Amino acid sequence: MRSSAMRDMMAITARPEVISLAGGLPDTSTFPPEAFAAEMDRITKTAVADVLQYGPTEGSDLVREQIVKVMEAEDMRIDAMDVTVTTGGQQAIDLITKVLIDPGDVLICDAPTYPGAIPTFLSYEADVIQIECDSDGMRIDLLEQTIADLAAKGRKPKFIYSVPTFQNPGGVTLSLERRRRLVELAREHEILVVEDNPYGLLRYEGETLPTLYSLDGGNFVVYLGTFSKILSAGLRIGWIVSPTPIREKVVLGKAASDLCTSTLTQDFAGEYFKKDRWREYVDDLVGIYRNRRDAMIGAMSEYFPHGASWNKPEGGLFIWATMPEVIDTGDLLAKAIGKGVAFVPGTGAYVDGRGANSMRLNFSGVKEDEIIEGIRRIGEVAREQLALYETMTSTDEMRLPPRPEDSEEGGS
Amino acid sequence: MKVALLQGGRSLERGVSLRSGARVAEALGRLGHEVDVLDLGPDLVNRLEADRPDVAFIALHGTEGEDGTIQALLQLLGIPHTGSGEAACSRCMDKSLAKHILRASGLPTPDWVTYSEAAIRDFGAASSFHRAVDGVGLPLVAKPVSGGSSLGVKVVTRAEDIPTALITALSYDRRALLETWVSGRELAVSILGDQVLPIVEAIPTDNNAYDFEARYEIGGANFVCPAELSEEQADEVNRVALGAYEAMGCSGFARVDLILGDEGPQILEINAIPGLTETSLLPQAAEAAGIEFEQMIAQMLDLAE
Repeated sequence: MRSSAMRDMMAITARPEVISLAGGLPDTSTFPPEAFAAEMDRITKTAVADVLQYGPTEGSDLVREQIVKVMEAEDMRIDAMDVTVTTGGQQAIDLITKVLIDPGDVLICDAPTYPGAIPTFLSYEADVIQIECDSDGMRIDLLEQTIADLAAKGRKPKFIYSVPTFQNPGGVTLSLERRRRLVELAREHEILVVEDNPYGLLRYEGETLPTLYSLDGGNFVVYLGTFSKILSAGLRIGWIVSPTPIREKVVLGKAASDLCTSTLTQDFAGEYFKKDRWREYVDDLVGIYRNRRDAMIGAMSEYFPHGASWNKPEGGLFIWATMPEVIDTGDLLAKAIGKGVAFVPGTGAYVDGRGANSMRLNFSGVKEDEIIEGIRRIGEVAREQLALYETMTSTDEMRLPPRPEDSEEGGS
Repeated sequence: MKVALLQGGRSLERGVSLRSGARVAEALGRLGHEVDVLDLGPDLVNRLEADRPDVAFIALHGTEGEDGTIQALLQLLGIPHTGSGEAACSRCMDKSLAKHILRASGLPTPDWVTYSEAAIRDFGAASSFHRAVDGVGLPLVAKPVSGGSSLGVKVVTRAEDIPTALITALSYDRRALLETWVSGRELAVSILGDQVLPIVEAIPTDNNAYDFEARYEIGGANFVCPAELSEEQADEVNRVALGAYEAMGCSGFARVDLILGDEGPQILEINAIPGLTETSLLPQAAEAAGIEFEQMIAQMLDLAE
């Protein structure tokens, strides 16, 4: 299904009666209103003139210092000077693509990849090559092969974009061994890796793995972060950590785009992260999301048809499910919307039409009872489609009359 | 005038409706009308009763808006509305019924077979697929009986692909058509009041003859208006289109989509509420006739009954 048809169809998921498992929404209803009120009260009393003013393009010193601290929580040591604050993680993707890609340049990413990155890559006319993922994330052997194949043609990727931890949309995590190899490859071939890590702190089980940035030390890895999933998506604060030459271009690009990220929300977030309470809030979210993930997995086991498969992500916000091959999840979505539930069809995560029988399901934005009901309805429409297909193909007559080219006597 | 602009709703074509609506709202405002924008929901009737608009402008597409549901409701409430009435809308929305009416009126439309989900599920209708193939030939087009966009439309070149194509089509409606694929030039004739507007031709930009969806993408087709046709061809296309408009009982405006093949024009469908977005065909046709968007909206409002 094409993007415009998809966009039109997705318009309906915004209706309140639709259970939307389509978004990537954090549950902001869990944020304590008194903590919000305290920040706003402080701003009112002490910072009104400042937060109503422009700020530096690279971001406020306060926020950049807090970003250093937040990254420390994932064992990364950085210099605040290397940080550029962006208007959400999406702008970070946009700016890094804008700065690094000229039309026709090769860009490598996961298959499937973050559906929101594809329009960005295509708008800068990148030649996007997607590398298959398995349960351990991007297949680095295939990546190596692709780099070699490109080199044979005198080409080299401008960068490799990946969400290595709790990938969007696949939910998979790149294994430690592959992380090491990816960083080595980047060094060997002098190719930049853009590590997008919105979900790293949202781990529900298993052992924490080092980020690509910490393995590499920031030489060939550019890091994209965001407060969207650990504080608020509405504040629109993300960031890029990059070496100086790239940072300078990013800042120029950002100045051209929007001059600066909102000073009001930077002030809010900066002061919020100064207090250690932010860790408690992340812990709360981890507890809530873990339960929701489990509810979704449980419901899928109960309601999804035979032949469907899915993964159990150790963290993040998404489960990637694949239906039997005869189901096109774009069509399934049409039926599902009729039953008041929505998801993201898999083709949106590929540039080449793959993923037609897969779907991305979000479990963070919806409460458990709605998740279960939503999954039940998706299972019901999928079963209906499969039953109908079965009926049509098990009929004797579907051993259709021989086509003229297959038979001397022609069709009957 | 106090105008209630009805838009949105739960149809799969909600997105198009919101884009049409936004553009219409602007035009209505500039025309000096008091506009009340209503997104379809459970409070619709109460809001209409409370507001008592002089007229309702229907900028809805797909089920509910285009199938007569809203038109019937407005008639009951005594509120005049733009476009066709309940009966014409429901005829246009049901492509199978529309084709029967066209045939009965002596108007050309490609051969077709209709399958309901129930017939396949409960009565073993799949055993008759070979008859359908014999009747309509290959390639054929599988499409949902209702719906005006490209959603759920697939071209079938091999009989064994009918089941997957029907699964797709039946995802959008309980009934689907298998219709003869007619190759030819794609034309759209818009009718506004008593005026047949210049014919629009959609010329696919690349080799996507069997890809309907591609044409709905920006850049998927080039639109030429007025279409380059001989006077004879244009007259015949207009005659057939106007005949379809009348056979359906449309009023106010509508758009008739046809294919001009070797055997003359063949009617594919009649849209009772064609799109009114920037890229839609009816506004393009009106513009080619020297009717600006605002003026067109004003006319539609005048024709409301």
